[in-house]
Amino acid sequence: MNAEFDGRRGRWIGAPVRRREDPRLVTGRGRFLDDIHLPGLLHAGFVRATVAHGRLREIDLTAVREVEGVVAAYSADDLELGDIVALLERPPEEFTPTTMPILARDKVRFVGEPVAIVVAKDPYAVEDGIEAARVHYDVLDAVVTEEAALAPDAPLVHEEAASNVLLDVTSFDTPGVDEAFEDSDCVIELVTTSARQNALPLETRGAIASWDDRDEQLLVQTCTQVPHQVRTVVARSMRVPEQSVRVTVPDMGGGFGQKCVVGREEVAVAAAAKRLGRPVKWIEDRRDALTAGFLAREQRYRTRAAFTAEGRLIALDADIVCDMGAYSCYPFTVGIEPLMAAAEMPSVYRIPAYRVRARAITSTKAPTAPYRGVSRPQYVMVMERIMDLAGRRLGLDPVEIRRRNLITEFPYHGVNNVTYDPGSYLESLELGEKILRDEGWYELREQAAAEGRHIGIGYSCFSERTGYGSEAFAKRKMSVVPGFDLSEIRMDLTGSVVVTSGTMNHGQSHETTFAQLVAERLGIDIAKVKLRQGDTERIPYGWGTFASRSVTIGGSAVATAATRLGEQLCVIAAHLLGTRVENVELDGDGGVIRLDDPAQRMTFEELADVAYLRSHLLPKETPPTLTATAAFDVPGDGTFSNATHAVVVEADPGTGGVRILRYACVEDCGVVINPQVVDGQARGGIAQGIAGALFEEVGYAENGEPSAASFIDYLVPTAAEIPDISVDHLETPCAFTESGAKGAGEGGTIGAPAAVLNAVNDLLWHTGVQLESTPIHPESVLTALTGADRTEKAGTPV
Amino acid sequence: MSGKHLIVLNVNGEEHELLVEPRWTLLDVLRHQVELTGTHVGCEHGVCGACTILLDEEPARACLMFAVQAEGYAIRTVESLGTPAEPSDLQQEFSARHGLQCGFCTPGFLMLAEGFLAQQPAPSREEIREAVSANLCRCTGYQTIVDAIEATARRRADRPDPEPEAVR
Repeated sequence: MNAEFDGRRGRWIGAPVRRREDPRLVTGRGRFLDDIHLPGLLHAGFVRATVAHGRLREIDLTAVREVEGVVAAYSADDLELGDIVALLERPPEEFTPTTMPILARDKVRFVGEPVAIVVAKDPYAVEDGIEAARVHYDVLDAVVTEEAALAPDAPLVHEEAASNVLLDVTSFDTPGVDEAFEDSDCVIELVTTSARQNALPLETRGAIASWDDRDEQLLVQTCTQVPHQVRTVVARSMRVPEQSVRVTVPDMGGGFGQKCVVGREEVAVAAAAKRLGRPVKWIEDRRDALTAGFLAREQRYRTRAAFTAEGRLIALDADIVCDMGAYSCYPFTVGIEPLMAAAEMPSVYRIPAYRVRARAITSTKAPTAPYRGVSRPQYVMVMERIMDLAGRRLGLDPVEIRRRNLITEFPYHGVNNVTYDPGSYLESLELGEKILRDEGWYELREQAAAEGRHIGIGYSCFSERTGYGSEAFAKRKMSVVPGFDLSEIRMDLTGSVVVTSGTMNHGQSHETTFAQLVAERLGIDIAKVKLRQGDTERIPYGWGTFASRSVTIGGSAVATAATRLGEQLCVIAAHLLGTRVENVELDGDGGVIRLDDPAQRMTFEELADVAYLRSHLLPKETPPTLTATAAFDVPGDGTFSNATHAVVVEADPGTGGVRILRYACVEDCGVVINPQVVDGQARGGIAQGIAGALFEEVGYAENGEPSAASFIDYLVPTAAEIPDISVDHLETPCAFTESGAKGAGEGGTIGAPAAVLNAVNDLLWHTGVQLESTPIHPESVLTALTGADRTEKAGTPV
Repeated sequence: MSGKHLIVLNVNGEEHELLVEPRWTLLDVLRHQVELTGTHVGCEHGVCGACTILLDEEPARACLMFAVQAEGYAIRTVESLGTPAEPSDLQQEFSARHGLQCGFCTPGFLMLAEGFLAQQPAPSREEIREAVSANLCRCTGYQTIVDAIEATARRRADRPDPEPEAVR
């Protein structure tokens, strides 16, 4: 049948199919973690460190255990669990391994670190118990800033490390960097920073663990993007075989990367349930989620870029420091942000010479995990600032200087040793500019300036590696290498199928788009397709959902399994119709036909009847039942989606507040399986990118106290701050994936900070001040506009 | 902290006799005693709106009230709107316009919109946007939520509105 399927639109692919998840979710019948109740259920919470850095002198839980309703309270010594260890296969001069105990032992390393687990009959009693805990610390100096972490006499966050630098790599140092700077006509020097952010899924983290005596198995129900990896860590930490642990995932209220690492709380809850022989539920509250949930994005880039007089970028030299907080996350380690940044920083531009040093430092702040985009929002911000600044210097407008540097011939092998698959880098830029020009925003900017209004236009161009297969991840030298995924498909007697995927939906509409892929391949209605995810007993294995990998890798596995099932149906049909298999094909309507006599047709139901109930009629080598499995991995360097974001902003001269007047996204994620879903991913991603550009920030006081413990301090944008966003699609089909699709989950978040920052700097240009940090604070804009302080200059004379 | 009170809550037109501690929030009691889990816990300090319900048809935060304070009110939760087989017009539009992704904030937005449209049946898009800014969504970027509420208002006023593109 579809052996040569090339991703062309068919009946299902490309259609804005209504979401199959919706009927339950809009009626309150979704089942999220906290909706699950089990008989005899107990509740858990954590005594958390109140100091950022300190030796644990004493953990006194006596009073806790006396609180009415409290059933148990355990510290690290009580539970005796193995630590979480995340490793890279790199030499000691590049990487220092550290461990994360499940509960703090000997020392605490950030405010919010779990010190003890309290189990009680209801969540209110849990809080009473937590309050009764007495923990005594010998307080040590907090390590809050990059300067403090790198100081020669800095207190060590991990004593087993020689310094607070846990990763230090010079990933690239190609020939010709210094020569290019000597020969260049224009050098841009730039220092950019981005604040620590919280991915902030609206459903906080949580876990429910229960021990089944009959099955001798621990069931851990948890909201995770990576169920199989949670199983591995729980089993390892508890020192039991993996078959003794089953991890399942109910509906999930978002994750955005924060839930693609294993939380130590999940392990502690599992251990407590095993010890008590009763189910235990932990639902993180918002304060804990803000202060102790995994964070991301605190990075500083010191960059130099060399250009010719014609505006061609000839060398890039970057020094990247990522503050990864107190611990390495599993499985990605502290390398997740710096290694991503170093490998991908050249972005969509031709760069002949490249040098980059990337470091991960540890600090006494909440640990970090991947967050939608992982470093790409930051280095794209750097590259896009460089383009604007060089353009200004050389008299080229932002579109023209990009046009002169964008990669336009594919496949392109970059200085970063990455081969980019075809994309529409230039086309998306040109369409983005056309949209703004046709709508008159350039004229409006000129008129506004004359009227004393402050309007700016900004662009960002970027690509995003989406199909990170195991080969691409292996280049990072991870000792736990994600990449492949598996799918199993089973057709029943009614011709309906259940298909599994190792990816994990947490809002991306997998139930719909994966069903579209299967329906397309088998030629059945999507109503006949059911997707199963998130159960380590039902799903053979999988790497979960992150890095926009679901549809590219998981979807390809699903489509391949469906193809194989189709082939099996054809073999049986040919046998029963008395012809060769080459002489039959799927008819696109739930049946198989003879090519030389289309009137001779067998329905899937008829074929299933033979496969299950009358298997003696099957061809000799054909196994009974209708099942197929497939593994899929993207070869080589993977797939790249790309986009241009074009933004118009206005600054309020009274407050410095920035309002977005127009946001246009032109994106190319290859073949679009469901345009409504892709638009939704783009818009939601852009909203998170705007949040990073203008609002969100977890700051820390000198003593390591986090500044944002509630939504009063952590500014999540509402509908009043996020504008309507247009999304235009270009389609450059991908040769590496089964459907021609690339990923679409992260792009919006990647492009927005750069575009918004460029637009703000465009309206500030006349002031002589340029801002190079996110979030952009209104007071910085106001200061620039009023000329009160001209000390924060752009890195280059203007 | 014990000392429970017997209260009667009228939820979705049904009376529930409940034994509750005075410190239990209405949110917790609705979810765990009345066993209507559609109303969600997002922040427990009144900002995110995932727990929005209707109290005498006015949107309210179930996390900011104690259950004992809710006696005498007509409480409506998302379960009152429609069922998977027969979703309400508002629920249909949320689905048709892709006004949800993970769906966790959705019940709160639906109840907010239900209360808002009852008070303001013919809102402008800007008024909808302002009303919607009471709640947080992390997935959609809000635009499609505004679209869904706008479409529902038009539908209720029987005004013509282009059908969404979605099929099936």
